[in-house]
Amino acid sequence: MPAPKRCVLVLNEALHELFERREDVFLLGEDVLDPYGGAFKVTQGLSDRWPERVLTTPISEASLIGVAAGMALRGRRPILEIMFGDFIALGFDQIVNGVSKFREMFDEQVTVPLVVRTPMGGRRGYGPTHSQSLEKLLLGVPGIHVVAASECHDLGGLLDDAVEDDHPVFLIENKLMYGRPNRRPVDGYVDELRCLETEGPYPALTFSGNDFGEAAATIVTYGGMLPIVLDAATELILEHELFTEVVALSQLHPLELDPVLESVARTGALVTAEEGGLTGGVGAEVAARVQELAWDDLRRPIRRVAAADGIIPASRELEDVALPGVADVVDAVTSLAGVRS
Amino acid sequence: MTTLEHQYGQMFTIRRFEETLLEMFSQGKLVGTTHTYIGQEADAVGVIGHLDPERDVVFSNHRCHGHYIAFTGDLYGLLCEVMGKPDGTCGGKGGSQHLCNGNFYSNGVQGSIVPVSTGIALAEKQKGSGAVTTVFLGDGTLGQGAVYECLNMASLWRLPMLFVLENNHYAQTTPRQLAVSGTIPERAAAFGIATDELDTTDVTEIDAAAGRAVDRVRSSGEPFFLVLHTYRFSPHSKGDDFRDPAEIESRRAHDPLAVAGARLDDERRRELEDACERRLAEVVEAAERAPAATTELV
Repeated sequence: MPAPKRCVLVLNEALHELFERREDVFLLGEDVLDPYGGAFKVTQGLSDRWPERVLTTPISEASLIGVAAGMALRGRRPILEIMFGDFIALGFDQIVNGVSKFREMFDEQVTVPLVVRTPMGGRRGYGPTHSQSLEKLLLGVPGIHVVAASECHDLGGLLDDAVEDDHPVFLIENKLMYGRPNRRPVDGYVDELRCLETEGPYPALTFSGNDFGEAAATIVTYGGMLPIVLDAATELILEHELFTEVVALSQLHPLELDPVLESVARTGALVTAEEGGLTGGVGAEVAARVQELAWDDLRRPIRRVAAADGIIPASRELEDVALPGVADVVDAVTSLAGVRS
Repeated sequence: MTTLEHQYGQMFTIRRFEETLLEMFSQGKLVGTTHTYIGQEADAVGVIGHLDPERDVVFSNHRCHGHYIAFTGDLYGLLCEVMGKPDGTCGGKGGSQHLCNGNFYSNGVQGSIVPVSTGIALAEKQKGSGAVTTVFLGDGTLGQGAVYECLNMASLWRLPMLFVLENNHYAQTTPRQLAVSGTIPERAAAFGIATDELDTTDVTEIDAAAGRAVDRVRSSGEPFFLVLHTYRFSPHSKGDDFRDPAEIESRRAHDPLAVAGARLDDERRRELEDACERRLAEVVEAAERAPAATTELV
């Protein structure tokens, strides 16, 4: 079997296919023109093939989401690349007071089918303003969809789902993910792990090391944290003889909870794991909802693994302290009261 | 009907509509807020008369009623919208500042409409629709950075956009000299965008300048920045007026209704006014009769 393609290539090929299939798809962003093809090379080759449909922009993030919204209001399917996820902060007025509201406040007379693609995440030494995972800031905004890609997801499928979606979609990519192989399930397995995938758009993946037999906990995660959590799950098996189920969500908002609830019904315990900051994070929302909906299933308090509430230092050594790693996930599972180690 | 008679009727309708809203607020029939266009009517009527509602696009701001009425003529939908009723143009969900009807849009945050208008103009240019996208700004909007990002993009991408800057000299209560440095047209000219500037409330003069501006955008496909110095007689919204009453009074001689009305035969002018009053009264009666939004839980 050939080695899986790297995620950046899978995304790039998916964009090329989209451009071939839909003439109403346009791409905007900074430095997206060939030969550079975008800071992370996701858009390479597009502008050479479709010069009229790829627009390189000034450094104007405060406006660009609005520009894409204007195109979407008039029947286009724009894809906007924000070079670093951190820069999405500049576009928040457009997100909160514009694109997220038009459909409902204009009484369903319009839709805003735009896609914002942006890479989040650290572990590359880029420092405090180029390493954050800010998707939690989008979670409280009604009217938008927030989707996180991981290295085990069907990346082309996620992109297709996002472009077909009549809601504004924020597709959260990950800088380290780009360079890693797209490890799709083969015959229901990713390496040694059994992997179930939900039907429909923005699927969730659920992994098990013992074919969904007895497990100590469910670990819910997404995006760039998935490989770290899978490594932790392997270490828990090998070093602690603990099996877990790992749920990798792609649909963060509106939060897709069913796969989490189904897994918690089996395991009775939940750990959330994300690379973003702890306070007000994705894990906080998951935890609140799971304890409301599945209190009877829970044997233990829910534990959250996340980045420390602070900056992400540039120093790689300090960055590794700030960001959650394999050991943090392992500790969270083993420290659940009553779990044997 | 002559052009001036038509324009006078539109301006008078906008004036009386806005006065009616303020009366309804004082009677407790309206809640929330509104930003009336009283005094600036010649801008909307002079500019929008050159636009085709079937093809062209207008994006307006918080002070949008005059633009909406001039572009759509839809008094009933607007009044129901301000009243929060299901018959409103947005089902009562948007209210005074958040309107959508065909090719008309408005939104309530200063400056944030400009990027969306830029994207609309970009899409229409790509489609080859020939549409002119007009965005209405105020002097207060000039404080927003997004405006300059978009002037840059509109010029770089040669977008068929008409920027209409209505300088009514006050950003809410803050006078222009405390908020806007330099000159207004130079801000657009710095991006290589052609400009024109008028200091008048004469709808005929505005009509002529706007006609030139719209023709230029349509034929060249490039942006144009039209500065209209004007004055609002009404408060920013309701009861937040701290201007010197003598200053407001001194502007009454330039009331666009008085300027245009003086050129009409008195009897003809009264006929026009009576027709507008009758239409408005019918709209108010129908809107007051229209059912309120249901609060039944689905």
